[in-house]
Amino acid sequence: MSSPETAISPSGLVLAGVKITLKGQVLCDLDLTVAPGEIVTLMGPSGAGKSSLLGYICGTLAPGFTCRGRVWLKGREIGTLPPQDRHVGILFQDDLLFPYLSVGGNLAFALPVDIRGRGQRRDKIDQALEIAGLAGFADRDPATLSGGQRARVAVMRVLLSAPSALLLDEPFSRLDAKLRSQFREFVFEQARQQNLPTLMVTHDPEDANATGGPVITLTDHRAQQA
Amino acid sequence: MLRFAPVLTVILMVGPVLAGLLGTLLPAFGYLPALGGGEWSLSAWRELAAQPGLEISLRLSAVSGLLATLISFAVVMLFCAAWQGTRVFGAIQRVLSPILSIPHAAAAFGLAFLIAPSGWIVRLVAPLAGWQQPPDIVTLQDGWGLALVAGLVIKEIPFLFLMTLGALQQANAGQSQQVALSLGYGRVAGWLKTVLPRIYPQIRLPLFAVLAYSASVVDVAMILGPTTPSPLAVRILHWLSDPDLSMRFMASAASLLQLMLVAGLIALWMAGEKIAGFCGLYWAEGGGRYRRDGAVRLTVAVVSILAAGLILAGIAALAVWSIAGFWRYPDLLPGQFTVKLWLRELPALAGALINSVLIGGAAIMIGIILVIACLEREARQSARPGRGVMWLIYLPLLMPQISFMFGLQVFFGYLGLERSFISVVLAHLVFVLPYMFLSLADPYRSLDDRYRHTGLCLGAGPDRVFWQVVLPLLARPVLAALAVGFAVSIGQYLPTLLIGAGRFATITTDAVALAAGNDRRMIGIYGLLQALLPFAGFAVAMLVPAIVFRQRRGMRDGL
Repeated sequence: MSSPETAISPSGLVLAGVKITLKGQVLCDLDLTVAPGEIVTLMGPSGAGKSSLLGYICGTLAPGFTCRGRVWLKGREIGTLPPQDRHVGILFQDDLLFPYLSVGGNLAFALPVDIRGRGQRRDKIDQALEIAGLAGFADRDPATLSGGQRARVAVMRVLLSAPSALLLDEPFSRLDAKLRSQFREFVFEQARQQNLPTLMVTHDPEDANATGGPVITLTDHRAQQA
Repeated sequence: MLRFAPVLTVILMVGPVLAGLLGTLLPAFGYLPALGGGEWSLSAWRELAAQPGLEISLRLSAVSGLLATLISFAVVMLFCAAWQGTRVFGAIQRVLSPILSIPHAAAAFGLAFLIAPSGWIVRLVAPLAGWQQPPDIVTLQDGWGLALVAGLVIKEIPFLFLMTLGALQQANAGQSQQVALSLGYGRVAGWLKTVLPRIYPQIRLPLFAVLAYSASVVDVAMILGPTTPSPLAVRILHWLSDPDLSMRFMASAASLLQLMLVAGLIALWMAGEKIAGFCGLYWAEGGGRYRRDGAVRLTVAVVSILAAGLILAGIAALAVWSIAGFWRYPDLLPGQFTVKLWLRELPALAGALINSVLIGGAAIMIGIILVIACLEREARQSARPGRGVMWLIYLPLLMPQISFMFGLQVFFGYLGLERSFISVVLAHLVFVLPYMFLSLADPYRSLDDRYRHTGLCLGAGPDRVFWQVVLPLLARPVLAALAVGFAVSIGQYLPTLLIGAGRFATITTDAVALAAGNDRRMIGIYGLLQALLPFAGFAVAMLVPAIVFRQRRGMRDGL
């Protein structure tokens, strides 16, 4: 029962006949394949169901939506798994760092438990901070960081959880123009380096252009590839 | 486990009310085998009808209940209308919680110390008026029940105000107010015409709770209410405490009468709502602007500040009396201060204090687990309960305590739990649960779902997300709910007295027991402690997060 796309791209993120309905109204209806290391952009007017689609892929969509279709990731069907077992990382427009933990604590929360030993876990966190240009920030209070720094911590937090795919829900819209392009490059570079299939939702055509990848517009709830 | 939380909570909250009502209903019609009543009869009702002054007691209960509710409702609505969105409004909001946490009985004692013929207010005026002796006027326990109404109003204003604040936030009232102002309406008229109709549905149940409470209160009525005769609820307690056990049948009938009275008052209020709604529509469509409302705004501000001031000044009066030595009339302060009485009472105080804290502590621990379990289940299912659930939560607050506490005592007797610690805790839980739920539900439901989703997508299971994400984020409101529950438990008089059958002396039962006597220094000690206990709870609830999260700036705002 595998759809044709899975054969082509068994290690990517594959949506097969996904149709999300709320109270009889179709929010989106699409087939989509995102290859590892590829960044696909999803655009469309607000209320077009873009965020609902991301919620559906994560498994955090509120009950009340009716969903049909299948989601495959790395050749495994994840549509029926609980969110914590799907290995899908998501970034929102707010950093959503846990305010009661230190920067390092936020990263440690995400680090899988099979990385054992205090020293080893600490090394991983320090490495991640270094990549983000935040070396030595582990003990800082997230509230004392700048918006751009917090956004980078949020990215590293997702990446440390060792996801198999990355979802971006307008993650750049809260940042000012200069910071925005820098941060965008940082996120894309990380996603490509880790070879993650990445699906981005955005309003901003500039975000879409920066990916160099396919852009899909949701109009009338049908997907159209540009 | 989470699956059973709502059912268990409803059983513990509503079950005792129903069991208690049944335990009142049966004896009212002659059935109480434990006291040899095995036959159905109406003799209890005949006996009740023959009680002298019954109609006066009924009238007192009805009038003081309605008056207290109407006045506090009017003050709160007019205050919000006149001052919402101003700096005064913000300032009042800040003193709200501590005032709200003061038990009714302590506030009533404090008020009594202020308005008594030899109280602080008279002492202030005496030099000007030339009163050499306390004036011979009845200000306490007056036959009309006005002191009782005043005592209820000053405590119900902060409660209704808090409930209205919640409703205002949800209704986006600031915008409606702006629209009305820009159309040339005066602040008060504009608010009453645009905001009130929108928020009223949300403060309706709290209003009913105030009405039911005010018409059936026992402790405040024993302190401030008339005695010849007393309001119905106080007389029922006397009948229940009568050594002649056969009086229990009549007391049960009277408890049912009290319940019917409250039901009747709520029905009357509902009829009033209809009429007010009709007239209000006519008034709103008339388009009157009422631009010159300065006098109304000033008056209502003075009244509100007076209400809060009376409570705080009353607590100060309790404190001063508790350490007063010889205090000559009309001096404003005692000639000397002494802690002798405190030292003498210390052993008795310690016992009562321990009982209060143990009962309250047990009730809020059970309460917080149940309330969080219900809300967590709700969040995981992303399903809000319907409006009917709000009625269930308010049910214990709409029932006159006296109407089901005796029946509940009988019921616990059947279970072999009479006079036990656990039964007192369960009785407290009936009232602690609704308030804790009301306190925690809004913060819990408004927690940004994306925190939860972030945790899940980082690979943490729902339980880990609860312990490591949800609970720390909600630490402040959870502690606040604990403090609210503790304050409610500390304030309970009837459940402790009747269910514990006198075995568990708490600060509150000891304090109210002093009402009959006239030892102001003793009342000062017990009243003050009663007010300080909930206060201590709120202090802990504020200090703990301030210390734990001292290095986390992001955790400072919020509650």
